[in-house]
Amino acid sequence: MSEIRLMKGNEAVAEAAIRAGCDAYFGYPITPQSEIIEYLSDQGRKRGMIVMQVESEVAAINMIYGAAGAGARAMTTSSSPGMSLMQEGISYIACAELPCLLMNVNRGGPGLGTIQPSQGDYFQSVKGGGHGDYHLIVLAPASVQEMADFVYLGFDLADKYRNPVLILTDGALGQMMEKVIFPEYDPKAHKPPKPWATVGKSSNRSPNVITSLHLHSDEMENINIRLQEKYRKIEANEVRYELMNTEDADVIMVAYGLTARICQRVIELAKQTGIKIGLMRPISLYPYPFDIIAKLSEQVGGFFVVEMNAGQMIEDVRLGVNGKVPVGFYGRMGGVIPTAEEILHSLQLFMKSIAMKEKV
Amino acid sequence: MSDIQVPTNGMEVVWEKPKSLSETRMHYCPGCGHGVVHKVLMETIDDLGIQDKTIGVAPVGCSVISYNYMNIDMQEAAHGRATAVATGIKRVLPDRLVFTYQGDGDLAAIGTAETIHACNRGENFLIIFINNAIYGMTGGQMAPTSLLGMVTSTTPEGRQVETQGFPIKITEMVATLPGTYYITRQSVHNPTAVRHLKKAVEKAFKYQQDKKGTCLIEVVSNCPSGWKMNPLEANQWLEKNMFPMFPPGDIKVEGKLIEKKQITMPEQKETKI
Repeated sequence: MSEIRLMKGNEAVAEAAIRAGCDAYFGYPITPQSEIIEYLSDQGRKRGMIVMQVESEVAAINMIYGAAGAGARAMTTSSSPGMSLMQEGISYIACAELPCLLMNVNRGGPGLGTIQPSQGDYFQSVKGGGHGDYHLIVLAPASVQEMADFVYLGFDLADKYRNPVLILTDGALGQMMEKVIFPEYDPKAHKPPKPWATVGKSSNRSPNVITSLHLHSDEMENINIRLQEKYRKIEANEVRYELMNTEDADVIMVAYGLTARICQRVIELAKQTGIKIGLMRPISLYPYPFDIIAKLSEQVGGFFVVEMNAGQMIEDVRLGVNGKVPVGFYGRMGGVIPTAEEILHSLQLFMKSIAMKEKV
Repeated sequence: MSDIQVPTNGMEVVWEKPKSLSETRMHYCPGCGHGVVHKVLMETIDDLGIQDKTIGVAPVGCSVISYNYMNIDMQEAAHGRATAVATGIKRVLPDRLVFTYQGDGDLAAIGTAETIHACNRGENFLIIFINNAIYGMTGGQMAPTSLLGMVTSTTPEGRQVETQGFPIKITEMVATLPGTYYITRQSVHNPTAVRHLKKAVEKAFKYQQDKKGTCLIEVVSNCPSGWKMNPLEANQWLEKNMFPMFPPGDIKVEGKLIEKKQITMPEQKETKI
């Protein structure tokens, strides 16, 4: 039966993990996501999960590697500096094609930075982070409800593609309390057989080996070709986004996660000033919704990207726009959350600059 | 890699390689201890009838492709992370037998934290620690266990305390942790030593079946190529130079430390090879 609760985003993730049949969680506390390991240490353990606080993020991600390789639904979560420590293991997991769920509750950086919310880890999450050519499937929730929903979706996508899935969120969504509905979900019906897992070699098969080592270049290239073919499939099938007021918009804002929430308020404020503004919210940051941006480029005067960083996703928006219309940007850094009013002000300046260019 | 075919010519077979050891020809250098340790390990798995429930973890170094030789399920791990990977496996599959197979650079340098914390948690698996005092695969650089005065490609004047510190005795260190149950140092430089190693491996797997805690077997081994010696010279050098620093024998048995004389660090002396 589904259930309604009032919870913090971090707690909702932990509760969803239990309900999604997560077998094992290995983690290391770091603000602003420590509620996850605290919740699981209580509720997860009581309800049969393996939950371990270990010596470092480096150890945690490698325990995920081992557990996922042994066929378990495995998960870890961290925040920015911790995610940097995990990048080595993530690269190995991507190459070994192990399904697992990761979450980064992004805080301000670089370095130790601040514990306040940020979107400064976009490049690291979407463009790599570890060594080699690989992609994570990256999902960006914009509410506590989606924080929970993407745990189920994340595990299912991870199993479907044998690929690590990352939920990229931030400290505000992690700490925010909202209503969340937990749907009915039978983990048994969602866990596929894993004949490749290292569970002990039965007499009727050859040994299962999980490795990312392929010493011969042609063999390593073939692995890369296979990975790239998988990424093309993911790009064809798993693009997710939400459109708001885009039908007759003069300018479309592009924002994900927390900033997308703020941009919804910007749309309301803009209406009062008579400006028609829309919003395209990417839900999957990889695969990125390039096609819809390309399509919308045919009908709008420009795009306006809002991020809590110096401008990272804007590069992907520009790729989708491909020079057809101007792309503006407003960003705050270091853990500062932009207000709807300051976004609107910057947006109005951008629209003026477009109008000036059109006149010339 | 070609398979080895041994013709019997109609004669009675009196000895066979362990069935848990694959047919693949090993890549190890002549005289290297890895092949012997592999054989002992797989022979013990056969004897105990645990091939179907044993999972190995081999991270980087010369033994990184040991899954080509061991006919069991295996995971390769990143540099130093074998005990973390093994923790992940063992925690989700507690009824399986898990071992790691690690070299000195892997276990005692980049993986020190993972090693110590796995032992401190008393992870119920076996750590096989091959100590040949040198980085074999990367071309003979200094290891944390390299002896004082030992010439390697990164200590051309011999390892000096002032710049590189002392050789680390990781096995003695982890023996002090309450999570460890059986800690021993063995070698494979002669047939008697090989027999002792086999007994140690048997014990360790049995302790794991009984869920006693972490077992670690250090194998003082050789690296004829890295040491730039022929196999016989390497084994003789091992006895003369490695054993004073890394003496063979049990260090902790059934959770209790064996009382030994204090082992002092040898003075800086010429151990050039």
